[in-house]
Amino acid sequence: MSKFVIENRIWDKEESLPRGELKALQSAKLRETVERVQNVPFYKEVFSRTGITPGKIQSLDDLQRLPFTTKADLRAEYPLRMLAVDRAEVARYHGSSGTTGKPTMVAYTQNDLKTWANLCARFLTGGGLLPQHTVQIAFGYGLFTGGFGLHYGVEHAGASVIPAAAGNTPKQIMLMMDMQVDALVCTPSYALNISEFIIQNDIPRNALNLKYAHFGGEPWTEDMRTRIEDEMGILCFNNYGLSEVIGPGVSGECAVRDGMHISEDAFIVECINPETLEPIAPGEEGELVFTSLCKEAMPIIRYRTRDIASLNPEPCACGRTTVRMSRITGRSDDMLIIKGVNVYPSQVEQALLRVKGTAPHYQIVVERPDRKDVATVKVEMTEESFSSSMKEMQELKDKIGRAIQGITGLRMNIELVSPNSLERFIGKAQRVVDHRKIV
Amino acid sequence: MKLKQLSVFLENKPGRLRELCALLAENQINIITLSLADTEQFGILRLIVKDYDKAKTLLESNGFVAKLTEVIAVELDDQPGGLSEILSIEEASGISVEYMYAFVIKSGEKAVLLFRFDDMDKAVAALQQANLPILDSVELYQRAEG
Ligand SMILES: [Zn+2]
Repeated sequence: MSKFVIENRIWDKEESLPRGELKALQSAKLRETVERVQNVPFYKEVFSRTGITPGKIQSLDDLQRLPFTTKADLRAEYPLRMLAVDRAEVARYHGSSGTTGKPTMVAYTQNDLKTWANLCARFLTGGGLLPQHTVQIAFGYGLFTGGFGLHYGVEHAGASVIPAAAGNTPKQIMLMMDMQVDALVCTPSYALNISEFIIQNDIPRNALNLKYAHFGGEPWTEDMRTRIEDEMGILCFNNYGLSEVIGPGVSGECAVRDGMHISEDAFIVECINPETLEPIAPGEEGELVFTSLCKEAMPIIRYRTRDIASLNPEPCACGRTTVRMSRITGRSDDMLIIKGVNVYPSQVEQALLRVKGTAPHYQIVVERPDRKDVATVKVEMTEESFSSSMKEMQELKDKIGRAIQGITGLRMNIELVSPNSLERFIGKAQRVVDHRKIV
Repeated sequence: MKLKQLSVFLENKPGRLRELCALLAENQINIITLSLADTEQFGILRLIVKDYDKAKTLLESNGFVAKLTEVIAVELDDQPGGLSEILSIEEASGISVEYMYAFVIKSGEKAVLLFRFDDMDKAVAALQQANLPILDSVELYQRAEG
């Protein structure tokens, strides 16, 4: 365990408002959001179709009269039809992987970027960040919101950033040692890689000055936390976010580390049954749904995250009054997270369709042999794709691999298998076999 | 002048090849010759059988992926130098061998070499021009049956 003890600090007064005041604030901001989305053709159409006028939405109690927004809706409005402002007002774009070849694009105005940086500064502060700290960010910088979101959050909190970006573990460790880095930001599985490298190379613990880490971008477990904390002698904090809602900064753990505080002045959270769409009681698991309250460029109403978690409205010992969400325990769709990248089985299907002669019968097998995710796609042979030449067969494998990498961004192993050899349930193939034990 | 070879995809699972051979035997399909090319994960079985259409249907109905591929059979005296002669003829014409295999015919004096070239028509023309004995299917089956 870490010798490091964090101070309980609260960044913004909005984190500890009396519940009544918070609700009044949410109601007022909801009315503003409903007005703002009238600029978005998608929402304008939804409102007129369901007969809701903005005036009918007065308080939080009216929220449930509004329809949900889904990933499919965002995909249909690709790339920018969800914009509520003029493109001239957009300051930055990000994107997340979609279920097919195209990402879902999101946009931020200057104000949105300030809001976002503040939300990240908020959870980082809750999890130990002090202005004198140096933070190494080992997230990808790019369309993915992780790198840039945390980067500006750290800066906004007055601390300093080393934008190491993802990969190159020896260099990450060299930077952490030489720069006497206080905190690490990355995916929990990448932290396991770093830890393993440190152990294997007998790097003494005191060569590093690392005190704590903030992990996000993929689900993980308490066992994994214990393991990383024991191996690295640090404290680990969980945070959550998704680009459709804003990116990282939706919620994060405080010093108590019993659930992630949701920034409720910026988002309304709901927990629903993914089948019936009915609300789920506090403490019970359901799908999380978020409504943004202060986004200008792409406000979003009742976005179905497909992430399964539970909500805890009980007051927290840290003094914050905001509701806490549990870890993400699953998905209500078939999305996979491999090496921190969101992957949908349908993307693999899309890739196979681009390779002539391959069958739509496939199976994705995910394993984590040496703390690294390894994905293998088993593809059933067909007479058309089969060749008596070994060279052509290797070329087929390469072609499939490249098509999959082109769509998902991930290199996967390709295994050619006999027809009808993949397990099928009620005529439908089991698309995903996940052998990963997240420990 | 080209022959039909039955090519079969074999997943590297124990018993798969034995299963296939048993299936052909049960159905009185005689394997004239075969060659197996394999990797860690899968193999390609190349078969010369007389009833290739029947064999293909049979294998397919038993869950195998089978395909007919054209190959060329050349008959040679079973002595050194024959293969290198063929290869130099093809090389001179800019044709390359995708794979090849051989078997000795019953009399024991002659060998039959089976080839798959990247350009089959050009390969046939080059071999014919060099007066090398290319076997057609009737001749091949006759040789095999002795
Ligand atoms: Zn707390």
